[in-house]
Amino acid sequence: MTPHSKELRRKTRLLSIVVIVSNVLGNFALSMGMKEVGATVSFAVLPYLRALLDPWVIAGVCLLALWLLSNLSLLSWADLSYALPVTSIAYVIAAILGRVFMGDEISWLRWTGIVLIVIGATIVGLTTPPRTTPEHEQDFVSGDER
Amino acid sequence: MRWLLVGLIVVCNGIGDLLNKTGMKRHGEVHELRPRAIPRLLKSLSRNLYVVGGIAALAVSFFALLSLLSIAPLSFAIPATASSYVAETILAKYVLGEQVTWQRWLGATVVACGVVLLAF
Repeated sequence: MTPHSKELRRKTRLLSIVVIVSNVLGNFALSMGMKEVGATVSFAVLPYLRALLDPWVIAGVCLLALWLLSNLSLLSWADLSYALPVTSIAYVIAAILGRVFMGDEISWLRWTGIVLIVIGATIVGLTTPPRTTPEHEQDFVSGDER
Repeated sequence: MRWLLVGLIVVCNGIGDLLNKTGMKRHGEVHELRPRAIPRLLKSLSRNLYVVGGIAALAVSFFALLSLLSIAPLSFAIPATASSYVAETILAKYVLGEQVTWQRWLGATVVACGVVLLAF
């Protein structure tokens, strides 16, 4: 493994964690907020603007903004077919948080789902390189800035 | 209404991810990950039409999800969007030209099955 591909894997791992954590916490905050706000299905803008005043919703939106930015950065070098399965670990963490903090029951079928997601994400994350498209190869020259 | 929202979420997510990936490929690799580099990154992204379009598509998907979560439980919302994993892997191969190895097909399929099971 060349120093650059090692660096790329390290960077990919770090950013994947940011993507996953901001996604889980963002959705968690948003779901708490929407429970407070109540049912909102409308083509009007006002009900959504009202929802945006809820502190949980504000926190959720900020975290999802961080998720968007970190996901875009990850996609600047990682393949979509790599990033998608790897960041799906967010579902697993969300389910476990739900059990720990909200007392959600996790049935054996749900545990099976959790295990499958971990296996799928691990297969992609450990056996394939983050990027395969040749367009990025020129970046290898300027890749090691630090 | 539920399934209409699910369809909207899956389609807009696919379009959004595709546009974002294309835009970020054109942008080039992000090297600086420190917080002080964020304003410069935002400025550059705001002029990237692919990324602007991608974020718009994701915003539609986001509001559709918000609506779905207010009328349906998370256990319905999550599995319904599982098909995204396989659909977007197909898009990645045929539209973005990524080398989708058998490990990636297997991984995406296993993840999608896992997401479906989360509902039970």
